[in-house]
Parts: sequence; structure tokens; C-alpha cells
Amino acid sequence: MRPKRPVSLVIGAALVGLVVAAALVSLVWTPHDYEAIDVAQRFLPPSAEHWLGTDQFGRDVVSQLMAGARSSVAIAFVAVLLGGVVGSLMGLVAASAGGLVEDAVMRLTDFSLAFPALLFAIMLGALFGPSFANAVVAIAFISVPVFARVVRGAALQVRSQDYVLAARAGARTPAHILWDHVVPNVLPAITVLATIEFAIAILVEAALSYLGLGVQPPTPSWGRMLAQAQTLLYLAPQLAIYPGLCIMIAVLGFNMLGDGLRDAADPRLTEGR
Amino acid sequence: MKTILATLLLASSLLTGVAFAKTDISIGMQQEPTSLDPTADATASIETMMTGNVYEQLTAVQEDGSVAASLAREWTISDDGLTYVFKLRDGVKFHDGSPLSAETVKFSLDRAMAKDSANPSKSIFEPIESVTVVDPVTVEMKLKRKDAFFLFNLASGKASIMSPAAIATNADKPIGSGPYRFASWTRGDRLTLEKNPDHRDATGVQVERVTFRFMSDPAAATAALMAEEIDAFPGFPAPELLPQFQSDPRFSVNVGTTEGEVILAFNNSRKPFTDIRVRQALSYAIDRKAIIDGAMYGLATPIGSFYPPHHRAYVDLTGTYPTDVDKAKALLAEAGVAEGTELSLRVPPFPYATRSAEIIQSQFAKAGIQVKIENVEWGFWLDEIYKKLNYDMTIIAHTSPNDLGNFARDASYFYGYDNAEYHQLWDRIQTETDTAHRDELSREAQKFLAREAVHGFLFQLPALNVVRKELTGFRMSSPVQAQPLSALRWQASN
Amino acid sequence: MTRFFLRRSAGFVATLFGVSFVVFWVMNVVPGDPALVILGIDSTPEAQEALRRLLGLDQPFALRYLAWLAGMLVGDFGTSYAFRVPVADLIVERLPLTLSLAMTGMTVTIVLALGLGVLAAANHNRPVDWSVMLVSQVGIAVPAFWLSILLVIIFAVHLRWLPPGGFPGWSDPLGAARALVLPTIALAAVQSAVLARVVRASLLEVARLDFVRTARASGLARSRILWLHMLPNALVPIVTIVGMQFANVLTGTIVIENVFSLPGLGRLVFQAISNRDLPLVQALVVLFATIVVVMNFLVDIAYGVIDPKLRPAA
Repeated sequence: MRPKRPVSLVIGAALVGLVVAAALVSLVWTPHDYEAIDVAQRFLPPSAEHWLGTDQFGRDVVSQLMAGARSSVAIAFVAVLLGGVVGSLMGLVAASAGGLVEDAVMRLTDFSLAFPALLFAIMLGALFGPSFANAVVAIAFISVPVFARVVRGAALQVRSQDYVLAARAGARTPAHILWDHVVPNVLPAITVLATIEFAIAILVEAALSYLGLGVQPPTPSWGRMLAQAQTLLYLAPQLAIYPGLCIMIAVLGFNMLGDGLRDAADPRLTEGR
Repeated sequence: MKTILATLLLASSLLTGVAFAKTDISIGMQQEPTSLDPTADATASIETMMTGNVYEQLTAVQEDGSVAASLAREWTISDDGLTYVFKLRDGVKFHDGSPLSAETVKFSLDRAMAKDSANPSKSIFEPIESVTVVDPVTVEMKLKRKDAFFLFNLASGKASIMSPAAIATNADKPIGSGPYRFASWTRGDRLTLEKNPDHRDATGVQVERVTFRFMSDPAAATAALMAEEIDAFPGFPAPELLPQFQSDPRFSVNVGTTEGEVILAFNNSRKPFTDIRVRQALSYAIDRKAIIDGAMYGLATPIGSFYPPHHRAYVDLTGTYPTDVDKAKALLAEAGVAEGTELSLRVPPFPYATRSAEIIQSQFAKAGIQVKIENVEWGFWLDEIYKKLNYDMTIIAHTSPNDLGNFARDASYFYGYDNAEYHQLWDRIQTETDTAHRDELSREAQKFLAREAVHGFLFQLPALNVVRKELTGFRMSSPVQAQPLSALRWQASN
Repeated sequence: MTRFFLRRSAGFVATLFGVSFVVFWVMNVVPGDPALVILGIDSTPEAQEALRRLLGLDQPFALRYLAWLAGMLVGDFGTSYAFRVPVADLIVERLPLTLSLAMTGMTVTIVLALGLGVLAAANHNRPVDWSVMLVSQVGIAVPAFWLSILLVIIFAVHLRWLPPGGFPGWSDPLGAARALVLPTIALAAVQSAVLARVVRASLLEVARLDFVRTARASGLARSRILWLHMLPNALVPIVTIVGMQFANVLTGTIVIENVFSLPGLGRLVFQAISNRDLPLVQALVVLFATIVVVMNFLVDIAYGVIDPKLRPAA
């Protein structure tokens, strides 16, 4: 598998770069105004004017997809950041405190892993109405236990290593040990996990906005574009294909980037997936 | 040999065409109810499937909106309009074998009127003072006040006459007295009714078996129609898919009318909608044609007030506020609403609403109003918008007939609208039993509401029906939700 | 082993208890009044109040939760608000479809994943291996609901081979089977992509072990070594993932049933949430959570059976 490693990293980075670039560029420029509705111009085929044609309201599809990238990336980013920070802290605390605290944290992760994530998101949507913030919280909720478990595992492994034991014997405070020795050593694991979780976050965001629980119109989102196109399958099936392709590219990109990073961080782990 | 075969084939095709006319029918339904008891649950599809088919009422509403006899053979109304005497049909039996009598009528209505009744349309029984059994086939009802819609309302499924023994089980095993009786219900899939051979009109009923197939997804509905799995789809959910049925010789596509007025409701109790200039400004900002084209693919009739266009008392008021962005801006400025003001639009999960919302959003943007769309669940909508009035604007269809009275509820109704003058007007409409005079008052009410720009009035919800050409007797327009099955006929195809 | 068993059992009872409480609480504070949902917008406040009394919604929250718990202990799931029939009946009615879908989904997943995984491992570092890895990478990235839509476009809209959705009922076995084909593929695609990678990786891990070298040296056929010697020894991680995936597939049916309008538990739970049908939501979420927890538990036990060395000490 040697020759594949950099390939995975390169392809992953390229795809992620494409998606992020589209999201960033959409902040300052899209080929057309993605909100501009003109019913007379609907369902246009691809042309020089509209590269991928127009949707059911006559809006430019390319512009919509670019702005959709923005929603996906923004929500995934904030959610993974939130889930990663909270989950990693929980993992670190569990690993260093041990005993009852560790038990409690682990039971908590059991609980949230047992709760069907999608149902949780639906209920959250029902509770507060759909919004950016709710999508973020729902996605973060899903990634917290994963971060907590992985970081705890990594921290426990690090903690049992000689140099940490030595530091402990040297009577440094637990916080110091955590900061000086444990954190730097679990950081690679967190980075790799964050990339993978980013991919999952994009998938979940798409599912949520597909169900109408994500960002609200006129802000485009790939999931909602897909949901709206679903009733138009007999009329304009292409509208259901583009947003799905975008989701796939983004997820594929982050997954491959994650794999590549993992290999770079610890070649021994490679064969695990 | 070849000719013999050909002759045989021809003969058999003739035979199937003539002698074995189809006696079953399969109807697609978008919405599946959770219960089959119209006196306990407001879901519209219960009325469509059950009213006049399984359950019968004292009266029945015809397709043109007029009231006809049903379980009541005839009735007389006292000169003061307060006493109704109904003569019941003789020998009517419920599907469980128990007989219909004045007692069962009294039982059913008393139950709907009772203090602890959870009837979804309890207000239609509110005018009733008392129900008295005169003799086994005669019922007398005394009213507290005149009610112009009384006989019409008695035709509602909510006023079904039920067998007292079946009350507890009607939710999943409905027992009525109608021309069809309940056969089976596979939840999530289909509901089957079969002809009731004991019904008084049984000889005239041609279709032996009716299967309702529940299909919420327009793509599945389309496929089922195309594959001839279903013969009709009343209330077809996707206007954009109609052209392919129109071009298919097997189907007739009909755009009928409903009593549904689709409105962009303003929360009149909330600023800035308390100011009539703001409501008028937004009415000027609305381009109905673009909304109808975009959301309904052109298949709807615009309305300028709160009244269905097919009605004889309808006045066309769509010209009251012609689309005029400059005028809208000027009025907003006059009312002190700054450019770029953000207003929320909380949208229930119905395609007509979510699609209209995005178009209205872009139209209002031109007038300098930022619309913040929030697509919400139905349960959320009922609580937050309908009950708590926690909204600026929403989009909703009012499908009840004779609902001009909505504006005469007090400010706690979700319109947040309370106008003493209109209250008086509605009182007069409600108690006016002379049709011509009542129509005149209804016209006045329509003009009043348009003038006041209480809401943005958008369009009449169409009834989109896709039906097999050979099938006749299908009700295309719905003055009420009922879809009488006994009138259905298969014409021999040739 | 007994202690481990007891500990885990206590753990999952606590988890289920927590899940049920959270759901009950959330459904209580969610905006939306079941009585209003049932009676609609033309109902009077008086009628709504009457229905709330009838459904027991006028009782305080704690009392209702305790009553529900007490009912659960004797196997009474309560009565649905909207359907007005016992919740247990509704679940029994819908369970066969969801279970069939999960089973067919899982079967296809395993067959496909074993095939692809073994194929890739047998051709390690060759183009076949790389293609399998690439396909599985793409498979993981495809959202199940989008794949469903694509399948519908191809097989239902264009080719018209299969229905785009809906379920004709079990009385029509052929129709039922046809209705399940596309949902099964959609469910299995992502999961088999994940599993194929695991199969491949654990086979490669085993390939390094001594007994495989011995077998090779003794001249046994390659495929025989692969299927009869390597695969059984590579089973631990595979079974783990399969166990977790069964839970995924089951919750995955929630989305798939909605995309294909299949009347299973997944559709039911959506409907129940939008109807604010608390007893039904409660029972279904607890049911889903139970299956997830039990599957995880079984995976742990399976570890012990397949490889006694891994039997947990605690």
C-alpha cells in the first residue's frame, strides 16, 4: 500500500481544497445572484450563461451549489470544533481523573451513542425550530462521544508510557502532566479524527437540511436542494444529481484527507481501515 | 389457424369490454389519517373517504354546494328560523345491524354537543339549543339563534350519525349506515371499502370494491397511475407533473375548485402590521401571477379577498392592490418602516406554502423588506403560530367553507385581528337566511377585508384530479371534503 | 464473565432509562399540543381541553412519566394518541417490514463486503485492490438518501423496472419483494463499503501470521487458504463492525423508509413525532435504543466466543 498513501493525501487535499475554495469564493463572487428568482427562466438546460442550468425557480444552479458549499463547510466546521473541544476535554478528564468520573463520562457516551442521532436532531428541530445553531448542536452531539472515547483511549496509552510515569514521579501537578505530555501526544489522534468527523458532519448536515432542519431559505444548502429536487424527478432529474455529487465530493475529500493524515501520523494504523 | 386465433382474441376483448365491466376501483390518496372517526379527528382525508360513503349524515352537500336530503328524508323550518323538524328515512340499518332511529340521531348530536365532547368542529353545534325525539322517525331541533349554514353544516362528517354501539371502535373499524362498508385497513398502505348490499340505493351502486392507496410521494403516485395500479388521484400533490397526464390519452386531468383560500397571513396584533399602511404596502409588493406560476405552475386562480372564486357571491378584488413596488416602498416609508427591516415568515410543511414563501421573499426584497423564512413542522406551527401568535407572517390555506367568520373571532385568533364593524357584518351574514341578501352581505364582507388588507390574499387552492377516462361520476370540485363513491361508473371502453 | 454480564446489564438498563426520560421530557417541552394536532384549526378551545383530559394530558409531567414506566414494567406500552389503538399493536404491525429491510440490507452488506474484501486482499497492492478501495471510498461518501434518489431516477423513472416507492403489502409477495429491492441496495451500499475495507484490512493482518505462511508453504490452494484458514481468524474485527452496522442499518431504515414511503417503524416514528404522539414516540425511540445497546452487548459477548483470549476480565 505504500504508493497509495500520498495519493490519498493529495486527492483528499485537492477535493477539500475545491470545496473550501468554492465556499470562500461564494462569499465575494458567484456567477449569478443565487437568490434571484425568475420563474420564466426555470429548468433551463446547461448553457454558457448558466453552466449547470437553472432550478425550479429559475435560479442559477452553479451559484446555488457554491453558496451551498458555504453552508455545509461552515456548519461542519463549527460543529466539529464544538464537538471536538467538548469531547476531547471529556476524554482527557476521564483519562486523568479515573474512577467514578471516568465511569460517569463513559456511561454518558454510552447513552449518547445509544440515542439514534437522527431522532435527536429531529426532536431538537421540533423543539427550537430549524436553524444554523440547531444543526450545529445536533451534529456536535453526535461527535462528542466519539472524540471522548478516542481521546480517552489515546490519553490512557500515553499516560502509561515511561516518560509520563517519570513526570508523575517527579510530582508535577496533574494539569501540568496533561498539558506538557498528554496533550501533544494525543493531538495527532484528534486531528485525524476531526478530519473524519468533518466528513460525517457534512453527511449529517446534508441529511438534516434534506429533512428541512438545516439552514433556511434563501441560503442554499445541498440537502435542501436535493429534497426540493426529489419531487421533480420526472421533470428535471439533473437537479437531484448535482447537489448529491457535491456532498459526495466533500465527504470523499475529507475521508481521504483523514486517511492520508493518519498514515502520515502513524503508518502502523494504516491497515486498520 | 391464424384467423381463428385472431377471432378468438377479438371476441375475448369484446367480452371483457362489455360483459365484464370493471367493478372495482383504486384511488390514490396523499394523506393517510391516523383514525377513521371524523367526530374525533380533523384529518381531511377521513372526510374524503368516509363521509357519505361509510358514515351518513342528515343532509348531504352536492358538488355545486347545495344541500340535499340524506338520512333525513325531508325537513321543515319554522318561520322564525329557530325550529327544524327532520323526517328520517325508514328502515335504515347500520353496518352492525342496529337500526337508525330518532334516538340514534339524538344520541349522535348530543354527543357532539356535550360539554366533554372533543369533536373537531364543535362550533357547528354551538347554535343548537336542544334535540328532541318526536317519534321514531321524527327529530326536532331548536336553535338558540338563526344559523344560515345549519343544514350545510349538518352534512359534515363531524355531524355523522353513528351507531351508539360502535362509538368506541370507529377509530379503526368504522361502522356507519352508508352505501359502502369498511372492509380492511393496512396502515401505511391501503384501506378497502366494499359495497353495502343492504343500502337503500344499492341497486344504483356499480362499483363493488373501492381501495384507497396511500401515497405521499408524488413520484410514487405518478408511477402508480402510469402503471395503472390506481385509477384516480384526487388532490394530486404535484402540479408540475400534470402535463404528462394531460398528454396521456388514458387520463383526464381536471383542475377543480376547493374552498381553500391561500393567504399570506399577517399577525395583525403585532407591529408593524397594526398599521394598515404596512399591510397595504405588502399587498402592493405581492405579484400573484409570479407566485401562482412559480409555486403552482400556473394552476390556480388569484384572489383579492377571502372568498373562493367559483362561488356565486364572489367579487373579483384582485385589482385592489395591483403589483406596484414604488407604491409599496412609499407606503412603508410613510408608516416609518425602515428599508431593510426584517420580518419573519414561518412556513408550515405544505408544498404550496414552502414554494410560495421563497417567491414572496424575493418579491418583498424588492420593496426593501428582508423576509426571514423558517420552515416549521405542523405541530410547531399549530402551537407557536396558531395558538401563541408568535409570528410576523405565515402562509396557510383555509379550506373550510363559509369561513368569512374567521375575521370575526377576537384578537386571540391567530390573525390577531379584531374589528367591531366586521363583527357586526358577520353577525348579519350568519343569521341572514335569505340567500340573495346573504350573498350581498358576503360581497360587502369581501370588499371590507380587501380594503383593510388584513392579509396578503394569494390564490384559491386548486383541486388537481387525475382520473381514468373511462371513470365517470368522480367529483372534481370539493365544496366539502367528501368524495361520494356511489356515483362512480366504469364506462365500457372500446 | 458473570460479573461482566451483570455490569453491562446494569449499564444498559441505566442507558435505556436515561433515553426514555430524555425523550419523555423533550416531547413534553416541544412546542405542539397533541390535542390541537388531532382536532385541527377549526376546533374550539373547549374541545381541545376535553381531548387533553381524555388523553390524560392534564396530569402533571412526573405522574405521567411514572405511569408510563409502570406500564412498561408490565409490558403495556400505552395507547397512541393519534391512532387510538395500543402502541404495541402498531409496532407489531410495522415491525416485519423494518426487520425484513434490515435483514436483507445486512445480508447484502455481508455478502458484498466479503466478496469485495477477499478480492482486494487476494490481489493486495494490485489494480484490483486499488479499484476496490476506491469504490469503497466513494461508497462511504455517498449519502444514502441521495443514492436512493439516483436509484429511483434510473430504475423507476427511466427504466421503469421497479417501483419508486410505496409498499403493496405482504399479501402480494412479488410486489413486496420488488418494493424492497431499491431500499435494500441503498441501505447496503454504504455499509458494505465500510465492511469491505474492514474485511480486507483484517485479512491482510492475518496474512502476516505464521500459520498462513505454513499453509502456503505446504502448498494449499490460495483460495482455500483465504476462505478456510484466514477468514475465520480475521473474524473478530469483522463481527464487531457487523454488530455495529446492524444498529446502523436499523436506524438507517428511518431515512430509507421515508424516502421510499415504506410503512415501517422508521416512517411511524417520523409520523409520531409530527403528531406529538408521545406514547408512540416513546416506545419507538426506546425500541431503537434497545436494539443498539443490545447489539453492542452481543458484540462484546461474541468477542469472547470467537477468541477466548479477548474475554473481558472485569
